[in-house]
Amino acid sequence: MLFGGFVLLPIVLGLWISLHHWDYTLPRRPFVGLDNYRNLLEPGSVAFEPFWNAMEATGIFTLFSVPLLIVVPLVVAMVMNEKFPGRNFFRAVYFAPYVLGVAVVGVMWRFLLDRNIGAVNSYLGALGLPDAVAWLSSLPAAWVALVGVTVWWTLGFNAVIYLAGLQDIPTELYDAARIDGAGRWSIIWNVTLPGLRPVTMFVTIVTLIASANMFGQSFIMTDGAPAQQTRTAIFYIAETGLQNFQMGQAAAASWILTAALMLLSLVVFGVFRARGAMDVS
Amino acid sequence: MSTTAKVLRYVVLVPLTLLFVSPLVFMLVTSFKTPGEAVQTPPTWWPDPFTTQAYERIFQATDTPVLRWFANSMIAATANAAIVVVTASLAAYALARLDFRGKNVVFALVVSTLFVPPVILVIPNYEIVGRLYWLDTLLAIIVPTAASAFGVFFLRQFFAQLPRELEESARLDGANRWQIFLLIVLPLSRPALATLALLSFLTNWNDFLWPVYVLFSPENQTLQAGLSTLQSANSVRYDLLMAGAVVASVPVLLLYLLAQRFVIEGVSRSGLKG
Repeated sequence: MLFGGFVLLPIVLGLWISLHHWDYTLPRRPFVGLDNYRNLLEPGSVAFEPFWNAMEATGIFTLFSVPLLIVVPLVVAMVMNEKFPGRNFFRAVYFAPYVLGVAVVGVMWRFLLDRNIGAVNSYLGALGLPDAVAWLSSLPAAWVALVGVTVWWTLGFNAVIYLAGLQDIPTELYDAARIDGAGRWSIIWNVTLPGLRPVTMFVTIVTLIASANMFGQSFIMTDGAPAQQTRTAIFYIAETGLQNFQMGQAAAASWILTAALMLLSLVVFGVFRARGAMDVS
Repeated sequence: MSTTAKVLRYVVLVPLTLLFVSPLVFMLVTSFKTPGEAVQTPPTWWPDPFTTQAYERIFQATDTPVLRWFANSMIAATANAAIVVVTASLAAYALARLDFRGKNVVFALVVSTLFVPPVILVIPNYEIVGRLYWLDTLLAIIVPTAASAFGVFFLRQFFAQLPRELEESARLDGANRWQIFLLIVLPLSRPALATLALLSFLTNWNDFLWPVYVLFSPENQTLQAGLSTLQSANSVRYDLLMAGAVVASVPVLLLYLLAQRFVIEGVSRSGLKG
């Protein structure tokens, strides 16, 4: 019942709303067919510019954060994939930021990255590096800050998933490779990475969805600055639908974003499948 | 493994640890500084003088009632976790052990909604919550996410791998379905239930976008949404902002410290399923 009420019903209702001029504050919500979609897709309409600016911001963020969040946690997990003193301690520390909310992470890093009094600029200056970077209000610095903070926040989550995957690779495979005289890198390339393929695919898709849904970091750290350029798609949807109450427009935007995301996930899925098939042959 | 490689490992891991810990320590230290020292450069790593003025101030301010937010977040996250565990365990047991028509369809639906991006639900759920007159109440935070597809999936997989023999022998002893579920299945599943409760609590406690828009009155906010209100009210009073952030972090960090194993195991298992 609950499941039907707040998951299945909304999916259908969302589609329905997207076909109407649906203003939460007005009693009349006329049916407008595909107009909301047309507004978003036709250059020159009022909604086109802000929506695609936001989509571009989400695209840039995703483009940089996803590869980093696939590779860096993998390296961390591989370094930690052997028993050594302090292993559980390190794992616990790297995972810790993930249990904090985006509001805490955002408020804290806004402080650390403050142009004038922030600790980051202060220490950069002490090292003789530029010490007046406007991390939160200039480009490309704002992207470095948003992506960097996101990596800091969620690295541990992906690393823990990789670690579980690494421990799932049968040790016999490593032994066999070693008997065949394979070197360190050759083992990583021919045993570890193929063994991790399903886990890597999972991490890629989950990270892709999370990055494409980025909101809190922009909302708290940059508030979309400079000039709305770090305002993400979710930021646009939330503002349009839940603040200006153009819910039809916002629902249509959320469907376009979701369609793009599903398409990308399918591509990822296809790439991993094709790679898998090549290995077998 | 050679000694160089062993040393090299710590050369990577120790600085990384500093990178993860120092921002949190700095946040904590700053919350005990005076407003002036909080924005001093170069930054200080020990408050001089040590003061709790930031906490006193945010606890007393009526436009940003942080203690009230703390209570709201506690109530919402606890209630949400409790409902998730109860409903998900019932649904999961039905899917794991009972035979009914359409079972496979239901399970397929549950699994497919795991991949529905949450953004698609935001606008329609706002409409639904509005129609129920739940806007600006904690019910809006507790109920919509209580239908947890992840929870049902997670527990179903756990129930399915419990040995059937135990349940069979209980049935021979005359136990009915309910007794089997309550007296055998649930006690055996304690680690899985704890993991699910913890993850639900954390997710609800940390949720941000939804409470920012569905809660408007200062006294009704959760801590996460409240932090954004606190930031708008005191944009450069970093002593106050860090104190607020500390209040929002302490419960989840404590919970994590105490139940780290469950949290990390829950997350690792979710990856192996994928």
